[in-house]
Amino acid sequence: MKSLFAQRHNLSDPGVQLDLINNHSEKVRSLDKFEAKMDEIGLFPLKPTGIEIFQINVGYMCNMTCKHCHVDAGPDRQEIMSRETLEQCLVALDRPSVTTVDLTGGAPEMNPHFRWFVGEVAKLDKQIIVRSNLTILDTRRFEDLPAFMADHGVEITCSLPFYSKRRTDAQRGEGTYDKSMKVLKILNGVGYGNEESGLRLNLVYNPVGAFLPPDQESLKQEYKKRLWEDHQVIFNDLYTITNLPISRYLNFLVMSGNLDEYMEKLVTSFNPSAAMGVMCRNTISIGWDGSLYDCDFNQMLKLKTAHGAPKHIRDWNLDSLNQREIVLNQHCYGCTAGAGSSCGGAVA
Amino acid sequence: MDKTYYNPDDLKKFGNVGDFQKELADKFFDYYGAVFSDSALTAKEKSLIALAVAHAVQCPYCIDAYTQESLEKGFSEEQMMEAVHVATAIRGGASLVHGVQMMNKVDKLSM
Repeated sequence: MKSLFAQRHNLSDPGVQLDLINNHSEKVRSLDKFEAKMDEIGLFPLKPTGIEIFQINVGYMCNMTCKHCHVDAGPDRQEIMSRETLEQCLVALDRPSVTTVDLTGGAPEMNPHFRWFVGEVAKLDKQIIVRSNLTILDTRRFEDLPAFMADHGVEITCSLPFYSKRRTDAQRGEGTYDKSMKVLKILNGVGYGNEESGLRLNLVYNPVGAFLPPDQESLKQEYKKRLWEDHQVIFNDLYTITNLPISRYLNFLVMSGNLDEYMEKLVTSFNPSAAMGVMCRNTISIGWDGSLYDCDFNQMLKLKTAHGAPKHIRDWNLDSLNQREIVLNQHCYGCTAGAGSSCGGAVA
Repeated sequence: MDKTYYNPDDLKKFGNVGDFQKELADKFFDYYGAVFSDSALTAKEKSLIALAVAHAVQCPYCIDAYTQESLEKGFSEEQMMEAVHVATAIRGGASLVHGVQMMNKVDKLSM
């Protein structure tokens, strides 16, 4: 499957995406605007609580082309963060208030500077999270990475949208589930998932369809039971993440006739407690070209940091960024629905 | 009369039944909410029971609603279909067990 970008699909245009989630139909147009909803609870303009997490998107290239991918990542994407930009990130994140460096993509492992960068961040004594699709670690070129990441104390957060093969493969492609189990066993073998090793292995659930995630804690127990009984696989935490209506997932919603209902569901499920804890308040997202965004979703919609804040990592200014107003739009309802959603799972 | 008896959008108007008789509607919806809350059975378990019952009473609104609910409670496709089979088995069994009554009557009427 080609990316929407490679297909020159109209939904690869962020402007088209934003128009759809605001104006797709009379029903969608009638939904409360997110900014107004936040204003009702005193959270507009939305301000950061302080940047603690650097979420660096090191490139859109991926060995997979998942149906729901908000990045529209795939083997045909060529956008890769350069060494120069990674060096600029290192300068910016080298301060005590930044506790965590979260590497995402695409498949972050495919960035040619991945090993070097992880090594450099590890010297700064920061928590390093790598968001892995698992299957990339089942290739000869990357088979050394489980041991490498263990040596550097990297926390691995990986996609497994359900504990069943049927649903996982439906979203991520035939054979993904079996490869994922194989790699999870390899990761367990080097100590990942074992509470005593300190090597954290977290799984990410996201709905395979137009519905919201289940309760995180009860689903975690179910995953633990099923993965242990069926595969003897262990892990630490499970994060439930809501699909935001952008990019390929938006394409699915449109093509399946679910967009109106899904947008309505997100809006009617607005949870003020979740709104308080949205991840954009303590995270900055850095794009492959060094551009700055409030989150990875805004990055894909090309909604850069605004209201006078720096827009590129080379112009890093923590004080200015901590004072910025976070850019909001209708997709933000995805992070405030139900128990809320972030890269660390439910927030409420 | 409309050309179809069931319209998916009507489910969202369920609460409107209170327009004609508020007191009883309020009592029903309060009761409904209490039934589906966590108690001796979890809300998750109750959603799967509701899915099975929805099929037994063949309510299209309920099937839509509790299919979505079951997915959002984390049930797999296999679990949901097994619940439907439970409803089917009880419905089928309810017919078949009456075969004993038929046999009794045959015995009584036959030489």
